[in-house]
Amino acid sequence: MDELITLNRRELLKTTTGMLTGLVVAGSPLALIARGPAWAVDLTSLTSSEGTTLMAVARTISPHDKLDDAAYALVIQAIDSDANKDEKVRKTIKDGIASLGPGFTARAENDRVETLKKIESSAFFQFLRQKTVQVLYATPMAYACFGYEGESFSKGGYLLRGFNDLRWLPEVPLEDSGPMPVGA
Amino acid sequence: MAHIEFKDASAVVIIGSGAGGGTLAHELTRRGIKVVLLEAGKRQSLESFSQVPGEAFGQLTWLDARTQSGDWSVARDFPALPVWHCKTVGGTTVHWTASCPRLQPWELRAKSAYGEIAGTSLIDWPIAYAELEKYYELAERRLGVTRRNGVPGLPASNNFKAMYAGAKKLGYKQVHTGHMAINPRPFDGRGFCIQQGFCVQGCKMGAKWSTLYTEIPRAEATGNLDLRIESTAVKIEHGADGRVNAVVYRDSHGKEQRQKARIVCVAGNAIETPRLLLLSSSSIFPQGLGNSNDQVGRNYCHHITGTVWGIFDKPVHSWRGATLAGVVEDEVINEPRRGFAGGYRMELLALDLPTFSQVGLSYGWGRDFATIIESYRNIAGMFINGEDLPRADNRITLNSSVKDAHGLPVANVHVDEHANDKAMRKHAQGQMTKMYGAIDAKRIVLGPTPPATHNMCTARMSADPREGVTNAWGQTHDIKNLLISDGSALSTPGAANPTLTIVALALRQAEHISEQMKARSI
Repeated sequence: MDELITLNRRELLKTTTGMLTGLVVAGSPLALIARGPAWAVDLTSLTSSEGTTLMAVARTISPHDKLDDAAYALVIQAIDSDANKDEKVRKTIKDGIASLGPGFTARAENDRVETLKKIESSAFFQFLRQKTVQVLYATPMAYACFGYEGESFSKGGYLLRGFNDLRWLPEVPLEDSGPMPVGA
Repeated sequence: MAHIEFKDASAVVIIGSGAGGGTLAHELTRRGIKVVLLEAGKRQSLESFSQVPGEAFGQLTWLDARTQSGDWSVARDFPALPVWHCKTVGGTTVHWTASCPRLQPWELRAKSAYGEIAGTSLIDWPIAYAELEKYYELAERRLGVTRRNGVPGLPASNNFKAMYAGAKKLGYKQVHTGHMAINPRPFDGRGFCIQQGFCVQGCKMGAKWSTLYTEIPRAEATGNLDLRIESTAVKIEHGADGRVNAVVYRDSHGKEQRQKARIVCVAGNAIETPRLLLLSSSSIFPQGLGNSNDQVGRNYCHHITGTVWGIFDKPVHSWRGATLAGVVEDEVINEPRRGFAGGYRMELLALDLPTFSQVGLSYGWGRDFATIIESYRNIAGMFINGEDLPRADNRITLNSSVKDAHGLPVANVHVDEHANDKAMRKHAQGQMTKMYGAIDAKRIVLGPTPPATHNMCTARMSADPREGVTNAWGQTHDIKNLLISDGSALSTPGAANPTLTIVALALRQAEHISEQMKARSI
């Protein structure tokens, strides 16, 4: 069975931690998966330049070429929100960005990796890594990109929607498996 | 529901509403015994379970601070979350994955079966298997466990097909969709499994047994239960006679309350149970309650765990289907030639994408880490659930340098792994690697040991009072009207997921309490 993902634009931009605001481009839902400045982030604690640098850090930590910047923007939004709530976090992030030196965003990926390796044990990097992994893979954009279909209760589960549709391995004999529920 | 006065000293007070406490509450109330059930968490329902993994985690998980120490990898990988259990009505039966194997007869005689092993504190159980077996049968009927009593197995999922094919190539014989407390068809007022893959978020079908929607409402229906939610026990008090007589707790407004009690049963999971006993120190019991032999909190066991992922060149869609419905049981043997004592199961596992990336994979970043995530569609998974050996210094202690919301010291979890633990994990990872290799996995990824979900043995039953905290009925050696009613009381962990054993022991303990109350012995 093909993957069962259908998303509307609103779902795409939601995460457990926030929602992108200031959408500037209309269009089909899938336009948002395509690359392009189809979103904007309202930052409160961080400057736009700092946000751009963090975006490059997040893309170096979790480099997925097919995943739109909008997903990474949600990571930055979550970090900005934490910085806004906690002065210590704000300082860690601002100092951390400064420590990367000028032009980090423009550097080649290998160079960015080398730079981050040098600060891997720092509180700044560890916070960024943790936040990137936590937020990025909970976005509907990541679900769509990596094929994850999410909750299924609202659709009746996967019972009739592919939970046992794998055909490239032998079927399991009934004695080690079990019958489908009556009526299913 | 009953309303029991604070000054009413006739009630049994149970602390915790999970597999042990929730079952015990039902068993006592249906025998006409008044019970006050204190639960630190809130009450959710099938309707209120969140279907967003991150939200569900926050809704159900015990997130109060803990600290940890020792050389186990969890201290490094998950420093803020040594254990993963619930704080909600129904306790950890709300997020459990419902695997219900029994302990094996020889696992109840661990010390005799394995012999003296340096650096361990192994004991034999004070209960024979034949005695426990009667209660296993009752528990399996109660929970509607699959492949028992004529209940069919769950149908095989995609993820299980990969496990099965690999296991058969290696010659394993005992491979099936598990003994699960998940309804393959409607049973006992609960729905049937529609293969949501959201066992851990709370089953919105109620297909999975949980005290939240079985034992607890039935206890309420007897008219003998006074369930108090958002009520956190902070101290158990005793009288001059050394018998416990009250539980002090903070209610939902943070206000201190004192409930008189004839009997106190502690079932707060194996971290909070010893913590509460230690927090209840007094002039008569300066080391805490039940702790005259310095055994409370010691011998902490958590099972040897660790995930193994196979990446294939074709889709698996592992997340579609009951999370843990598959097992290989051939390695649940005591065969020292493998290089370690005790046995292990290999159990099916799938994780939703957010949890997979945070808990399922070892620390990493960059292109290789990203490549694994990009293979998510094509990944099959399983994990080891093996017996860890008790050690006296693997223990729960109070950490006075970190305080909870009530200003009380938090629990510290200390684990130094034994060489036996490491040898078993290595063997299991090797076998699982071979299984996926035998069906042409492109790559095998070994995941980390996740935060412990099976917490056991920290107030264990022992024949000799110097080796444990309670007798064979869960009554503390020191105080006969203070009982332990959760996984803390297991003498040793065996290789079985603990819930079925906890339920069986609670059924047995309820009979004992009822008889003792009638006989006026407690």
